Amino acid sequence: MLRIKGRVAAVLPDNIDTDIIYPGRYLNITDREKTPEHLFELSYPEIRETLHPGDLMVGGRNFGCGSSREQAAAAIKFAGAGAVIASSFARIFYRNAINLGLPLIIAPAATGRIQPGDELEIDLAAGQILNQTRNETYPAAKLDVRAIELLEAGGLIPYLKASHVQI
Amino acid sequence: MPMTLAEKILARASGRVSVEPEEIVVANVDVALSHENADLVRKSFAEIGAAHVWDPSKIVIILDHRVPAESERTAETHKAIREFVAAQDIRNFYDVGRGGICHQVLAERGHVLPGMVVVGTDSHTTTHGAFGAFATGIGATEMAGVWTTGKLWFKVPATLRVEVEGSLGPWISAKDLILYVIGKLGSDGADYRAVEFDGPAIRNMSVASRMVLANLSMEMGAKVAFTPVDAAVLRYLSVRSGRDIVDSADYHADEGAKYEAVIRIDASVELNEPRIACPHSVDNVRPISELAGLPVNQAVLGSCTNGRLEDFEIAARILVGRTVHPRTRLIVIPASQEIYLEAMELGYIKAMVQAGAMVNPPGCGPCVGVHQGILAAGEICISTTNRNFIGRMGSKDSKVYLASPAVVAASAIAGCIAHPQVVVEEALACSA
Ligand code: SF4
Repeated sequence: MLRIKGRVAAVLPDNIDTDIIYPGRYLNITDREKTPEHLFELSYPEIRETLHPGDLMVGGRNFGCGSSREQAAAAIKFAGAGAVIASSFARIFYRNAINLGLPLIIAPAATGRIQPGDELEIDLAAGQILNQTRNETYPAAKLDVRAIELLEAGGLIPYLKASHVQI
Repeated sequence: MPMTLAEKILARASGRVSVEPEEIVVANVDVALSHENADLVRKSFAEIGAAHVWDPSKIVIILDHRVPAESERTAETHKAIREFVAAQDIRNFYDVGRGGICHQVLAERGHVLPGMVVVGTDSHTTTHGAFGAFATGIGATEMAGVWTTGKLWFKVPATLRVEVEGSLGPWISAKDLILYVIGKLGSDGADYRAVEFDGPAIRNMSVASRMVLANLSMEMGAKVAFTPVDAAVLRYLSVRSGRDIVDSADYHADEGAKYEAVIRIDASVELNEPRIACPHSVDNVRPISELAGLPVNQAVLGSCTNGRLEDFEIAARILVGRTVHPRTRLIVIPASQEIYLEAMELGYIKAMVQAGAMVNPPGCGPCVGVHQGILAAGEICISTTNRNFIGRMGSKDSKVYLASPAVVAASAIAGCIAHPQVVVEEALACSA
């Protein structure tokens, strides 16, 4: 979990909001596995076709701004994305993704450089991204302890199952 | 050490003497709010495997996003929630026709008090900072964790202070002020931060107007946003909760608390005309004079931002005795059953219906683009709601402009974006 390798399937601009990621009209779909059917449906429907399991996605500033809808993070996760890299993430989206076990990497120095198709290797513990295609490295913010704990457990549900609840 | 209000509340809720920004604390939750997405929470809760929620009296569920059910799928969701609340003995459940928009009903029914930690599976939970609560949005899985343990971890946010001097001129409302602030700071200008609003312009505002500020602060990324807990707020809360809510140092930032930045605004000088957030982001804010005359197909008055009695009052004042322009549809949605009733008794609803408005039942209406006023490709809407993202209210090729209730009512009459002053003086200045 602390090392992620993958190909960049899409590079997106600043302020990708949760309505763009997952339109409000599909919020009554409460099966997480079904959410990828509507991923980026309004503005970038082609991403659904080009995203393969383990692929990475890159955004700009304030990725995931807007509503608290967990379906936005779920749609990216269950479409198979290995991680999302962005200059910054909106708060609720960040928590939702980590809670679902989708790694998010904050790396403002990387986002302008990475192009679709690049092969990356991310070292979460060291806070570093290696771009194998361009032979460049970029610093990334280290994940805080809490987020690493949750990601290693596979998300909040398995984490709570294992650590908190005595049923 | 002196603390901001966010720091104080998190310190108390996590059993600490003091906390500082960036520290991680585990806080006890006082109120856990959900709407239709309680169905998602319920599923995650079942996966965790706990038999009972931690405290049914602290969970509030209010159906608002799709009321009454617009599809069979939603009807099934509503039904599943009804069965869950019955099984878990969750009494604070507001079904179709019993409540309205979750943020309005939570306050109206006295569930929120100053100093509380309130979490909701809705981003605009920040609204309750108007009552001195540390109130913020979370996701459904996280809420399942809260339902299980009653606790949630927070990173203590740094605080921005926004001091507003002067007063709001005629036809200028809290909505114009907060759009102005968001335009200044940007859609991520308060990311992860707490915001404290204060100053004479804020203290002169009604409780409903302060809710507008706290509500829209979400659109600049704020984790929580407070307006002052003063006599007006204490009175409101005492009436609503049926308890005598007296002031306490716990509800205010300490003298000498550390702020990341202090932003000073003189409303009398800087806010000389109404503001409008243009497509497709809430920080794309321009003065109305740059947009006046733009034809609109639909005008929407409502939402957790601006569906309250004072919003209906000012809109009715503009609409009474006038007729909505033939090219424009006016959709009006009271934020709660209570507001609906009051607006009816005061004649506002009658004036609006006579003007040609269609009144939708209390709830979110078309705000989130699922029913009751969806836009077709190429259509333009002026709305009192809080988001104008691509496709938010329907077609991805439609456009939503965000404005105050007065501007929305005036634009409905004019058939184009119009300054209320121009409409009441009947000097309509629309092209086409
Ligand atoms: S009115 Fe709109 S913004 Fe407010 S809770 Fe409902 S959908 Fe969300």
